[in-house]
Amino acid sequence: MSLARRIIPCLDTDGARVVKGVHFEGLRDAGDPTELAARYDAEGADELVVLDIAAARDNRPTFLETIRGVAEQLAIPLTAGGGIRSLEAARAVVRAGADKITVNTAAVERPELLSELSAEFGAQAVVLAIDAKREGGGWQVRIRGGRQATSLNAREWAQRGVELGAGEILLTSVDRDGTQSGFDTELTAAISNAVSVPVIASGGAKVPAHFLEVFTRGAADAALAASIFHDQVQSIRALKEFLRRSGVEVRLPC
Amino acid sequence: MNVTLIDYGAGNVPSVERALRRLGAQVETTNVAEKISAARCLVLPGVGHCAALIAALDAHCLRQPLIDAVGRGAAFLGICLGLQALYESSEEAPTLPGLGLLPGRVTRLPEDVKLPHMGWNTLKNIRATRLLDSVPSGAYFYFAHSFAAPAVGEESAAVSEHGREFIAVLEKENIRAVQFHPEKSGAAGALVLRNFLRAAA
Repeated sequence: MSLARRIIPCLDTDGARVVKGVHFEGLRDAGDPTELAARYDAEGADELVVLDIAAARDNRPTFLETIRGVAEQLAIPLTAGGGIRSLEAARAVVRAGADKITVNTAAVERPELLSELSAEFGAQAVVLAIDAKREGGGWQVRIRGGRQATSLNAREWAQRGVELGAGEILLTSVDRDGTQSGFDTELTAAISNAVSVPVIASGGAKVPAHFLEVFTRGAADAALAASIFHDQVQSIRALKEFLRRSGVEVRLPC
Repeated sequence: MNVTLIDYGAGNVPSVERALRRLGAQVETTNVAEKISAARCLVLPGVGHCAALIAALDAHCLRQPLIDAVGRGAAFLGICLGLQALYESSEEAPTLPGLGLLPGRVTRLPEDVKLPHMGWNTLKNIRATRLLDSVPSGAYFYFAHSFAAPAVGEESAAVSEHGREFIAVLEKENIRAVQFHPEKSGAAGALVLRNFLRAAA
C-alpha cells in the first residue's frame, strides 16, 4: 500500500451558487455549494476545490461566506481560489476554512506571490493553477480563465512555480476543458515528470477510463472534474471501485 | 470533555476545533500560558513550517507551561507539526530547539519521491494503542508534510511510508501524536479523535 491517487470534485462558484460552463464560457446553474460539498464528502471525495469565477466582479464577501459554509460540511481538505492577489486575501480565505489556496493569473503577473504564500502557510498549502493550451510542440500558459495568452511555457512555469514555493500544481488543459473527450495525458505526464510536487490533472473528464488513463499514462497524482459529478453522470464511489479493480490505489471510505 | 486547543495562529486550528466539537467536546482555544499550565487535556495542532510553530510558542511563552502540563500528566495530542515539535530538533529549523519531550531529530523525507507527501496513505507496524482502537487496518489518513520522525523510537505506535518509513502515530504514556490530519481524514480521522477524547477522560 502507498499513497492513494486522489479524486477531487471542483465547485466553480458565482456568488452563492455553483455554475458550470464549456470552454470557460456559457455558464449555467449547477446547485448549492454546501449541499454538493456534503454529498461529495459522503461519497468518498478525497478533497474539494472551490473556485470563485466571479472574483473579478467584486463578490468577495459572498465567496468567503461560501467557503465557511462548505468547510462546515467537510471532513476532507478544502482548496479555495479565484482572484486571490495578495497575502491578505489569502489569509481571509484560510481563516474562512480553506486548507490550501490556489492562485493562477495573479502568480503569473507577480510570481513572488507564491513565495509570500509559501512562507506564511507552508508549501503544502500553496497550489499553483496552470491553464495550458497546446501551441506548436509544447503548451502555452493562458491566464484570465484561459482567455488571454502569455509568453510562458507551461513546463517551465510549473518548475519555476515549485522553486518559488508552490507545493502542488493544478493543471488544466484549456483544449480539453468542458469537452468531456478525456484528459490531455501528454500534457499531464510532461508536467508531472518535470516537477517534484504532486500534479492534479483537470479538463476533459467523462468516463472512468479517462481517469485510469491520466493516472497511468498521464502520471497524475490526482484528478479533478466538475460537471460529471454535479450532474450525477458519474458517482465518485463507482469511479473509485473501477480504478481499484484496474489496479490503481484509491481510498475507498469504510 | 474539556479540551484546551493551543492557538498560536496555525492554519488548521478552526478545522481541529470543528472536528472536536462534532464529537461533543467543549473546546477552549487559547494562547494564554496560565490556561495551558492548568489544562487537563491539551491539543497542539500545526501545519506549515516547523520554525513558525516553535517561534510562535516561544513568542507567547508557551514552551514551559506546555512541558509542565505534560509532565503533570495532562492528556496531550499533537497533530502534524504538533508531533514533530515533540522531538529535540528538526532538520526544517536546525537552529531552533524542539520541545524535547521525546529524544531524536525530525528529518526530511527522501528526494526521490514527490514532496510534500500529500494525500491519503495507510498505516503499518501497528501496535496496540488507544488512538487506533476499532480503526480498520486498511484505513486511509490524510497527510500533508515533507518532514517526519524516523520510525526508530519506542514511542512509535504505527508507521507510514513515503520514500522511507516514518512515525505516523505515537504514544508514550500521556503523550500521543499523529503525523496525519485526523480533522481532515473523514470517518477514520474522527474515530482517532474520539479515541483520544476517551483516553483523556
